Amino acid sequence: MAVLTKAGPAGSRVPGRPALRRGRFSVVWRPRTVLVLALAALALFAGLVVNIGRGDFPISIGEVVAVLLGGGDRGQRFIVLDLRLPQSLTGALVGGALAVSGAITQAVARNPLASPDIIGITMGASATAVFVIVVGGGFGAVGGLLSSAGLPIAALVGGLLTAAVIYGLSWRKGIQGFRLVLVGIGINAMLLAVVQWLLVVAELYEAARATVWLTGSLNARGWEHVVPVALALVVLVPAALVLAHALGALQFGDDTARGLGMRVDRARTWLLVVAVGLAAVATASAGPIAFVALVAPQIAQRLVGAARPPIAASLLVGAALTVLADVVARTALPAPLPVGIVTAVIGAPYLLYLLARHGREART
Amino acid sequence: MTEVLTPVDAAVRLRAEQVRLGYGDRVVVDGLDLDVVAGTVTAVIGPNGCGKSTLLRALGRLLRPDSGQVLLDGRRIDRMATREVATILGVLPQAPSAPEGLTVADLVARGRHPHQAWYRQWSSDDEDAVHQALEWTGILDLAERPVDELSGGQRQRAWISMALAQGTDLLLLDEPTTFLDLAHQVDVLELVRRLHSEAGRTVVMVLHDLNLAARYADRLVAMRDGRIVAAGPPHEVITEELLLEVFGLDARVIPDPVAGTPLVVPVGARPVG
Repeated sequence: MAVLTKAGPAGSRVPGRPALRRGRFSVVWRPRTVLVLALAALALFAGLVVNIGRGDFPISIGEVVAVLLGGGDRGQRFIVLDLRLPQSLTGALVGGALAVSGAITQAVARNPLASPDIIGITMGASATAVFVIVVGGGFGAVGGLLSSAGLPIAALVGGLLTAAVIYGLSWRKGIQGFRLVLVGIGINAMLLAVVQWLLVVAELYEAARATVWLTGSLNARGWEHVVPVALALVVLVPAALVLAHALGALQFGDDTARGLGMRVDRARTWLLVVAVGLAAVATASAGPIAFVALVAPQIAQRLVGAARPPIAASLLVGAALTVLADVVARTALPAPLPVGIVTAVIGAPYLLYLLARHGREART
Repeated sequence: MTEVLTPVDAAVRLRAEQVRLGYGDRVVVDGLDLDVVAGTVTAVIGPNGCGKSTLLRALGRLLRPDSGQVLLDGRRIDRMATREVATILGVLPQAPSAPEGLTVADLVARGRHPHQAWYRQWSSDDEDAVHQALEWTGILDLAERPVDELSGGQRQRAWISMALAQGTDLLLLDEPTTFLDLAHQVDVLELVRRLHSEAGRTVVMVLHDLNLAARYADRLVAMRDGRIVAAGPPHEVITEELLLEVFGLDARVIPDPVAGTPLVVPVGARPVG
């Protein structure tokens, strides 16, 4: 014991883990993470400015920045602040929320395939949201109110219920990542059938509205779409950052995590509640934008060189990715595309790559 | 049937009282009593499926007994806070897995988890403990290497370092030598022995190899069908009669020419002559 408890020698630095300490606060200083955060923030800002400048009335980058800093003429201020900024901001916030959600679910399941868009959580949110659009629309004025104010709540309830069902079905004395993914894919397929049934029985107008929403679109998003996602992020991202400490221990499996003093099931439940909340609110605002939750955390993980998806870096990478995808969606073709089509074009090949790699690992 | 209980005293760190353990309807261990005395290395031996690992999981509070109780320093372990248990008792599960790309330093630093909070993730105490654990197991120069690139022996050293960094004076190791070749098995068990002699740790481990168990443990606990058949110093437990009873093995027992501890020499299923 004496050998191990004596005060460390002056040079007791642990290679690869320099410290950043101030008072009671201490973290490992990781310059690479800080660099990635800075670059992702820069890419996000550049994407926002370019995206705001593009459109039927092009505004130069300098003028966009001027308006954002409080300058510009009335026309420019209207176009930037009332029309385009909310759309771009919705994209950034929704992308960030989806990415953090994915980072948490992937880390909890210890499987990169376990993102909310693959295992059915966003589909659960979509199914209840489409239900509200289709049924709510049929009841006239009251239904209209229900389908605008109730949409986020419906999506949230649907997401949470779906997550609870998936968790319950895949829990066998702990959570096995691959089991969770397989159960989730099954649930996803069932919910997809429900959505398709709703679309078939819906009136034409509601069906069209639901279909656009289901693609994941940022078109015509105003401040009323920004506020709920912003509020959710303000509450849930700090919660995710605090809970992320537990993710580190969960990486080793339940027995090791318990041995390290973790209340595993409680920590996992809270993490999943945060992840589902983020995914559901994002889905309610912009529809299920495909693959951001799958791809962004994995990109962030590789950029910072971590052993699990990092929360803060995923947030900024997801936001930047979605805004850049929106730039492409709005300008690639004469008519603007829903952003979900662009993210799907980027994300689908990546999903194939992940599946192929997993197949190889499973065989060896 | 069960070993004779020593009187309750401060020397008993862990005690199992009449524990019944199982998974669902399947009872694996029933009515088992065991004392773990401070400053000893105890090895639990027995054939596959006899309940060794199940017992270890219960001692480490990873498995709740269906009946009976486990006492840690005289207190019911299931009523203690999870974090408090983790500052007294460290558990190393069998064949633990680390995420791909995790460095040795980051793995060992995880051992500090019970001492940390979200705002206190790398205190100078943490740094000292991790540095000493790495130095002590001789893998300080591997600190920045990913765990998945290490050899089996090095990897096991890294996991033991993690348990050391946790700073508990009780350690439960579930088959720390699985998947290792003989040289690395000896290497890891020498390390365990030093944990006891130099670092004052009390160790309980599950081991498969009887000869290594006899050499490196002070005390053996032989189990069969979920109960303890014999417990005591190696020379009392490793006898030809016990090997036949517990393992169904016909074997001779001779003194180990190196350490003097009992050495099992199997005769085989059909002894000649």
